Amino acid sequence: MTTLPFARPRKNTVRASDPKIPNLTPEQLEEFGAEMDAIRQRVIADLGQADADYIRGVVKKQQQFEVAGRAMFYFPPAWPLAVAALSVSKILENMEIGHNVMHGQYDWLGDPKLNSRIYDWDNVCPGEQWKYSHNYIHHTFTNILGKDRDIGYGVLRMDEDQKWHPYYLGNPVYALLLMTFFEWGVAMHDLEVENIVKGTRKMEENKQLHAGIMKKVKRQALKDYLIFPALTGPFFPLTFAGNAAANLVRNVWAFNIIFCGHFPAGVATFTEEECEDESRGHWYYRQLLGSANISGGKLFHTMSGNLSHQIEHHLFPDIPARRYPELAVEVKEICNRYGIEYNTGRLSKQLFSVARKIVRLSFPTPKPKTAAPADVEVAAAA
Amino acid sequence: MTITQRVLGSRVLAALASPHGVDRYLEQMNPMWAATEVRARVVSVTRETTGEHPVATLVLQPTSTWRGHRSGQYVQVGVDLEGGRRTTRCFSISSGASLPGERFSITVRAHEEGIVSKYLVREAQPGLILHLSQAEGEFTLHESAATPTNNHLLMISGGSGITPVMSHVRTLLRDGYDGHANRKVTFLHYARSPEDQIFAEELAEIAAADNGVTVHLRYGNHFFDADELERIVGDFRDLDTWVCGPGGLVELVQEAYADSPRLRVEFFKPPAFAVDGDAEGTVAFARSGEAAANTGESILEQAEAAGLKPEYGCRMGICFSCTSRKTEGTVRNILTGETSSLPDEDIRICVSAPVGSCSVDL
Repeated sequence: MTTLPFARPRKNTVRASDPKIPNLTPEQLEEFGAEMDAIRQRVIADLGQADADYIRGVVKKQQQFEVAGRAMFYFPPAWPLAVAALSVSKILENMEIGHNVMHGQYDWLGDPKLNSRIYDWDNVCPGEQWKYSHNYIHHTFTNILGKDRDIGYGVLRMDEDQKWHPYYLGNPVYALLLMTFFEWGVAMHDLEVENIVKGTRKMEENKQLHAGIMKKVKRQALKDYLIFPALTGPFFPLTFAGNAAANLVRNVWAFNIIFCGHFPAGVATFTEEECEDESRGHWYYRQLLGSANISGGKLFHTMSGNLSHQIEHHLFPDIPARRYPELAVEVKEICNRYGIEYNTGRLSKQLFSVARKIVRLSFPTPKPKTAAPADVEVAAAA
Repeated sequence: MTITQRVLGSRVLAALASPHGVDRYLEQMNPMWAATEVRARVVSVTRETTGEHPVATLVLQPTSTWRGHRSGQYVQVGVDLEGGRRTTRCFSISSGASLPGERFSITVRAHEEGIVSKYLVREAQPGLILHLSQAEGEFTLHESAATPTNNHLLMISGGSGITPVMSHVRTLLRDGYDGHANRKVTFLHYARSPEDQIFAEELAEIAAADNGVTVHLRYGNHFFDADELERIVGDFRDLDTWVCGPGGLVELVQEAYADSPRLRVEFFKPPAFAVDGDAEGTVAFARSGEAAANTGESILEQAEAAGLKPEYGCRMGICFSCTSRKTEGTVRNILTGETSSLPDEDIRICVSAPVGSCSVDL
């Protein structure tokens, strides 16, 4: 986007302390937060039948795709179609239904089947564990280095302030592996394996988590890799492969959408010091600077669970995602007034930006010549 | 349990239909097909009384998953209201005990603040689908209606509290021999006025017939205290007694019975409204038994101050980790200022402050 005077495509990562990012005064932050709260309150008061019909409609569509996909495995020539239908079903379920329902976006419906405390998605990561690491840790501490474990997922170097190590030479390979096995990566996320390697976390702490993951893995494997293939009799291997393919398609798609949400160039990271005793206004400000959108059509937004509006999602994580496109108009206008960058771009642009970052950060980052001594200190501390 | 039900309710099918479950698929095809959930179609709606707070009886045809009920039990009824919100309330079953899959009825008074009761009485039409629980509650008969006994049973009710008690009487008369209750039953009831009397005709028939049931009807603000109970039934404390009705009636009867285990009580829980902006009253933490004066802070903070360690996450109302059930009282959403007085409501305790007294399941 060329309209943004402070967009710096040459730079990999941006610190919130960067002089080019507008530093709002506490008064401005309060005003800014109040404007966001006003939007939030207005939408919540307006939630109603249309939102209920929408999510139930998506569930119905997703079920139709799933039934069609599973059924077409009985007719081997339709194998590619079966995989396509099942992939669409799995993508819709994980993104527009699972992710959003488990955020509590539809708790107000009072429908136990669309309730965040009950719903558990079609994914090897147990909903209970995901809600902790995602809804609480990631959404509360978004882009705070050392606190938000979604920065690099404990595997990748996604920020210059993450200290370089020869291990990170494999950054692009790890990213490709994480993309391929994304649901497994999400499931392992809570085990904080990197902290066990470092010695800051004990194996015992993982016992319960591990049991939960194994239970869910068994359930998922039983369904996709045993019962459904077995039900197609002689076509067992084909159905098995088809289900694996659909899971793979979903993994690749989800990984790409999610990586475009926080890692394109221009997205800022924060230090723990900057977020001490944070005001509500600063939290909103951090969510805005720490997220990026992907532009596209209506179908694209639905297939991404409206996470293509990652900015709006991070500002209002518990508001039904179908509202994000309409909210984006106001959020953009507010950003303009405060001079805050609204990071958005086509999927190809954001993906390219993320890929470049992954490759660049696999190498050590040269020390910036102009950095003030204080800056270096902060970086070392992080 | 039929083979179909067994298959539909099996764990294998549940695994295949995950994450939505078998019921979500069946429901799409026909709302009266179910594997484990219970739903019901409204068969008929009959007005029992008119006036300011009318009463109606709804006959319900449940799905085959309904396990039946014992007289005196209640059922949770969920209604999809305009605006997409499903709201669930408990209603006593007014018809006699039912077998699995059998029709039964609920009798509902349209209360001023009761959005579900108002909807059921004023809007519900035959064909409407309701979301139900299985029958619940211990306000049941402890003896079989089909076996004659020398026991003397006492039923006391007021207003719409007649419903579970009526279920007892209907069961006894239906399952007893030759239209006789096969034991002595005394039925005390008061209604606001003769016009407000629910089941008036049936009660008159029951009173007139030779069936072992004696009916005493009272009108106005007539509560049954110890003296009156003594006058009507004598040694009432020695009788197995069921009481259901407004708080005032129940308290008087409880007082009269002291702590007698013979008395069985069913409460109605009305929404408790408080004056806006009040940091008064008591916050009760039901599970731990703790209670403290309301300081006006969030329930999470007040619970922690009381020494509890409730689960929490963001502490700013976004992550839903701290969601807990408020059983009674009014709370204000700290972010939106919105107040809510519904009983048995899930709230995020980090952004909910009590307005007046409230009780939370912590």
